[in-house]
Amino acid sequence: MAIELSAVRYRYAGASRPALQSVDLRLDPGRVLGVAGANESGKTTLCLVAGGFAPGVVGGRLEGSARIDGAETTSIPAHALALHCGLLFQNPATQLSNTTATVFEEVGFGPCNLGLAVSEVIERVWWALKTVGIEDLAPRDPARLSGGQGQLVALASVLALRPRYLILDEPTSELDPAGTALVGEALARVAAETGAGILLVEHKTEVLARIADEVVVLREGSVALAGPAAAVLADSILAELGVEPPARVALERDVRAAGLDWPAALAEGIG
Amino acid sequence: MASSAPGAGLPEYVTRRAGGFYRSANPSTKLAIAALEVVAAFVVPGWPGPLLVLGAVLATAAAARRLRGLGVIALAASPIVGSILLVNLFLLPGASDPIARFGPLAPTWSGLWFGLQTAARLFAFSAAIALVYLTTAVDDLLADLARRGLGRRAIFVVGAAVQMVPRTIERAGEIVDAQRARGMDTEGRFWQRARGIVPLAAPVVFGALTEVEERTMALDARAFSAPGRQTLLRVPADRAPDRVLRWAAVLAVVAIVGLRVAGRLG
Repeated sequence: MAIELSAVRYRYAGASRPALQSVDLRLDPGRVLGVAGANESGKTTLCLVAGGFAPGVVGGRLEGSARIDGAETTSIPAHALALHCGLLFQNPATQLSNTTATVFEEVGFGPCNLGLAVSEVIERVWWALKTVGIEDLAPRDPARLSGGQGQLVALASVLALRPRYLILDEPTSELDPAGTALVGEALARVAAETGAGILLVEHKTEVLARIADEVVVLREGSVALAGPAAAVLADSILAELGVEPPARVALERDVRAAGLDWPAALAEGIG
Repeated sequence: MASSAPGAGLPEYVTRRAGGFYRSANPSTKLAIAALEVVAAFVVPGWPGPLLVLGAVLATAAAARRLRGLGVIALAASPIVGSILLVNLFLLPGASDPIARFGPLAPTWSGLWFGLQTAARLFAFSAAIALVYLTTAVDDLLADLARRGLGRRAIFVVGAAVQMVPRTIERAGEIVDAQRARGMDTEGRFWQRARGIVPLAAPVVFGALTEVEERTMALDARAFSAPGRQTLLRVPADRAPDRVLRWAAVLAVVAIVGLRVAGRLG
């Protein structure tokens, strides 16, 4: 039971070079795998391939093996992918169905598409809203939410399908610090409570430092660095790969570079 | 809110019903009435068609407390209606009863009359459609269409089309703000405003296309293409008066078109 990419090479239709090459990766249920990298390094493509949406929905050519729970993604129909992987994109506005009047109904959109009984839909909606911590938003109009709230509703909406894996493509990239904090807290709660495997693409390494177990850094479509989150995020090569280290790591580095001690108590205090 | 507690069934904000006879009418009934009004406005010759329809729509809007919204839509339609009026006033083919002469231009009485009548038809048409939009929640309309067997893709197209206008306006506003922040002059004289439209149009169009791709994937990620019937959380009521009104509207449309074809409407 895992998402496994093995020697994956993927090229978009009409593209002159592959967006991903020689990618090996494994995401187990209950684990959080962070993905970082500069722009155009292949992060979004990795999300689409891992979730089975490339080449299934977006086309292109996949070589190597991309499997979800043992099944090749190319053999899974699009609607069935939703049961395996919840996919969340950057822009909250494009993820809402635009056909519902309340957040409650918006979160119920996916379960309704599956044709579940109304009682089951209701149960799943409340569960998803509670897990993300937005029960109070249930009566609100989805079109009139802040960016952070909209992203949380989108997260609850994919959670309501009860996927075994969540693939989140820079869910905080369009959010202000308050929105980022809201989503970060919700993701930590989801990771702890649902047992879902989470693949989290994120520029903000603070978020990765907080919830990721392992981190992979991409460069030009290949894995340039991989390992436990704390080790990868403290690696000195990170900046060369176009990734800002977490503030704590940068501060520690500056303090040490100035020839000063980095007290353990301070490190613990910063977290 | 007691009814919104988890496990207590559908919350009341989901099962809500609109108040008043017209606002609470079934969406399909409103569509049928609007179709009758549109047909009457355009098919019944002379003034009776558009004037009767305008009277009926205004009375219904007043009863449904939507006169103000209708006024806004009439204002939005006025440039098109105004231009039609002007074109007919000056350029109606065969018109030979000038009101006055301004050099080569000669507005005519028959052009004015025909232009006013066409304007009334267009106002009646837009008011009839707008009243449905102003008094019907989009999700009510979509749920009713789903219940009547319309496929979920077709329903989504209807929903997306209805929601596209406010979203495009919102997006255009964001882009105008971004262009202004980079020094573009989007205010002032007509030509300055017109020049501002060019760099606005491309981002709006391309942005909308990009959004469509992302939205399609987001929908697939929410099992939109799953086979079988979709669960409906709320189905708008379809009472006996609704059904009577709907069939009456359909029969009236058939009668008006039939009478017109038979030449009985003058």
